[in-house]
Amino acid sequence: MTKILVVDDSNSIRDMVSFTLKGAGYETVEARDGREGLNTAQGGGFDLVISDVNMPNMDGISLCQALRELPAFKFTPILMLTTESSGDMKQRGKAAGATGWLVKPFNPEKLLATIKRVVR
Amino acid sequence: MSVDLSQFIPTFLEESFEGLALMESSLLSLEVDDNETIHSIFRAAHSIKGGAGTFGFDKVTEFTHLVETLLDEMRDGRRVIASADIELLLESVDCIRLLIESARDQSGYDEAKVAQTSQALSKSLSQGASLPGAENTPESEGEAEPDAVQWQISFIPGHHLVKTGNDPLLLFNALADLGPLELSAQASELPSLSDMDPQELYLSWHLVLTSAASEAEIREVFEWVEDECQLELAQLSGQGKQDKESCNSPPDVTTSGEQVTAEELAEPTTIAAADKSPEKKPEKAQVKNKQDAGSIRVGVDKVDNLINLVGELVITQSMLSELGNDFELSKLERLTSGLEQLLQNTKELQESVMRIRMLPISFAFNRFPRLVHDLSKKTGKAIELVINGEQTELDKTVMEQIGDPLVHLVRNAVDHGIEPAEIRKAKGKPEQGTIKLDAYHLGGNIVIEIKDDGGGINKEVVLNKAIDKGLVEASSNLSESQIFDLIFEPGFSTAKELSDISGRGVGMDVVKKNIQSLGGRIQIESEQDKGSTFRVNLPLTLAILDGQLVRVGSEIYVIPLIAIVESLQAKAELINRVSGDMLLYRLREDNVPVLPIYQLFSLPADTTEVENSLLVVVEADGQKVGLMVDDLLAQQQVVIKSLKDNYQQVDGISGATILGDGSVAMILDIPGMIQLAMKSAQKNQAQHYSANVLAGETV
Amino acid sequence: MNIQELAQDVPRVGDNDIEGIDFITSGEQYLTFILEQEQYAVDILCVEEIRSWEPPTKIPNSPEYVKGVINMRGIIVPILDLRLKFNIGQPSYTEVTVVIVLTLESEQQSRTIGFVVDAVSDVLNADESDIKKAPAFGGCVPQHYVEGLVNVGDNVVTLLNVQSLQALEPHQLN
Repeated sequence: MTKILVVDDSNSIRDMVSFTLKGAGYETVEARDGREGLNTAQGGGFDLVISDVNMPNMDGISLCQALRELPAFKFTPILMLTTESSGDMKQRGKAAGATGWLVKPFNPEKLLATIKRVVR
Repeated sequence: MSVDLSQFIPTFLEESFEGLALMESSLLSLEVDDNETIHSIFRAAHSIKGGAGTFGFDKVTEFTHLVETLLDEMRDGRRVIASADIELLLESVDCIRLLIESARDQSGYDEAKVAQTSQALSKSLSQGASLPGAENTPESEGEAEPDAVQWQISFIPGHHLVKTGNDPLLLFNALADLGPLELSAQASELPSLSDMDPQELYLSWHLVLTSAASEAEIREVFEWVEDECQLELAQLSGQGKQDKESCNSPPDVTTSGEQVTAEELAEPTTIAAADKSPEKKPEKAQVKNKQDAGSIRVGVDKVDNLINLVGELVITQSMLSELGNDFELSKLERLTSGLEQLLQNTKELQESVMRIRMLPISFAFNRFPRLVHDLSKKTGKAIELVINGEQTELDKTVMEQIGDPLVHLVRNAVDHGIEPAEIRKAKGKPEQGTIKLDAYHLGGNIVIEIKDDGGGINKEVVLNKAIDKGLVEASSNLSESQIFDLIFEPGFSTAKELSDISGRGVGMDVVKKNIQSLGGRIQIESEQDKGSTFRVNLPLTLAILDGQLVRVGSEIYVIPLIAIVESLQAKAELINRVSGDMLLYRLREDNVPVLPIYQLFSLPADTTEVENSLLVVVEADGQKVGLMVDDLLAQQQVVIKSLKDNYQQVDGISGATILGDGSVAMILDIPGMIQLAMKSAQKNQAQHYSANVLAGETV
Repeated sequence: MNIQELAQDVPRVGDNDIEGIDFITSGEQYLTFILEQEQYAVDILCVEEIRSWEPPTKIPNSPEYVKGVINMRGIIVPILDLRLKFNIGQPSYTEVTVVIVLTLESEQQSRTIGFVVDAVSDVLNADESDIKKAPAFGGCVPQHYVEGLVNVGDNVVTLLNVQSLQALEPHQLN
């Protein structure tokens, strides 16, 4: 089963993303910020990471950089959740090794359609 | 695949309000160069915007976008934080709150205020207002159905593409969703095996896609890799040169197969349009209903604890039922200990369940920094607010109902308590006044103190005022605390004229009434020129009460423990019969009126003589009375049940409870009983009977 | 309406079972009871439970017809004596005295109240056309409590208005 790590400090967004993914048959693990996400990720076995950018403790960009340094995450797709106002965020995300981004706001359909580009 | 988003909206609303509270408190404590605080304010705004967009609260998104942009400038150091900005952001927080509430309740809001603040924000933004949401508009707004055309796509990925986690095959799969796809790979770039890095990608592809999708839609698939690849798109067939045109052109010939694909695709991309569609409406209505039911966020530890306790309960239960299977007297000891265990389990379970309803009082306190900030500006008094004991927990319902009285008390402290700076200076006090909010547990109660270092209450002024207003007799000899209590009398106000801040609408009498209706009491301590302390004493919960069971005749009553001063056996020599038939009991310095419950409630009782009877001395409204009872029974916690549900309010009774044997006992409402006694005494006097119950001394 | 639906609407009964309910019927069903040899009836759908009399906990300074409150599965239920309320004869409380607990719904509130009666007698089926208007004079029972009269054989049963029963007049101090 495809296992996805969802990292977001907003309960509602995290619930929504996770619920949508589970509904589509994916397995999800949730984390509330970058640090928790990184700790969770150490266990490995994830096929995709979806992370918010702005979070307390460790932001999404740092999380992405840290994950890329882990052998288990060398090729794992990492998607950043961004908003249009953070225009250079896409560039920063790319530089940190992110696979792609999802622009907020997004709905469940869009989420599922989009992640099909990176997971089987 | 359709997901009902409405189920996440309550969570969103809850965390948004939390976010707003955080923004507010952070803004109030914000100091220059405090980048971490700015960051957390930004994050809160950002989350609200993101959620609002997702859940279709467009106005919130739009407005919050401006706020976020301003915060972003501050965060990046592009803007020096001025106090005007803070005020503007505080205003904005109010506006966002208004907008969210309006979205939740589907009601109107103060549009003028929001428009004004939004204008001020736009003006304040250095680069002028960027149109919010503009970047967000869906790419294909045309309703017309485009025709399928053939696209020729050349895709030459950079060598390190896979290191970003992208996989060409999955991209092609996504493309295939748009329509039939043919592809051929080119391996000409492939180096010799010795030169090859297995982590790099050397292939390129040539693709032919037959789809009604626009160029933008096709490019979207490659969105994440466009910087790491060479991508060329060309149309092989079809009439429009540019995808935009082909999109908007009316359909002439339609081929059904591809068309379905196009429709399926069109749906997910038009997010904003979908949000406005009518079927979203019931969703919002649902949110409101859910809101009405009210929800509590409970810490996982509390839930875990509860589960543990239930586990223990189950063990005890199975032990007891096994014991009961074939019980013989030799097992009596085990039965007793089992029952004790059960008692313990039940007690802990009850406590834990009650704890779920308990929230830290910070929920009620967190509005005061802003309140004092605003009031301080309005009155021109410099005031520091010190808050202690924010983690003290109390019942959610009590919390909700104590909020307004506390606001009034704090307003009162700012307005009437703290003196203007010049007067403070003249008195040799620091110019900045201090208001302290304190909360702590005491016994089964929570005590909330509102303390100011202001001018204190002038006893003479209060007394004269009360005499002027006819609230007390000029001749009456009142103690200090009785004089202070006068400010809670209806129609009393010490301010020379009603001020804008605390003199509006509710008075101190309402504050007191609200506190009493929660089963609490309020006391004042005050010292001239040193300041005043308002001390509010509240039960932790409205559902449970610590009570003293007493018996009068055949009836059992519950007296709230919080009201009891002491219980004693009446000594004949300390009883005085005064002014007709009123009984006073000398309790040290005080003369305490005796209130025989049997008389007040018209019951038969064992003892009707006060000599040697049992007196439970209780206090309410600063008035002590001795309740005459036949017997003192156990002290226990009782669960409060309303009489109003199926019957009606009863004078002198605050509710009922069910005792261990299943019978019902009335819970006495002490202030109500005193009033009842006064009423009946007045009635008796009016009828020229001698007062045989308590005659109020003050009124 | 089929039998299952009807059966669901028939209230659960407590200590005393109502026997012989004729499920297959048209019109409304009423529970009849006796007060001082006279027959009265209330809409059966309001009946929550029929209990035997037990001395309730007194409510201070309540009118004489309010006997007090009892605990019915954790709910505090007031007990009113209809004989006293309607001023028909002196009540006696014996082994056979019963309390009909009614749940009375109105727009503002739903109230559960127990009414003391001499005995429960029967279930009455009555069409709307069977219900006659009561004459506007005489009788101890105040007019607004009476919904109408139904002839049953040689007897006349007084249908009581549940809305009026629910509206308790606030009692005064003594």
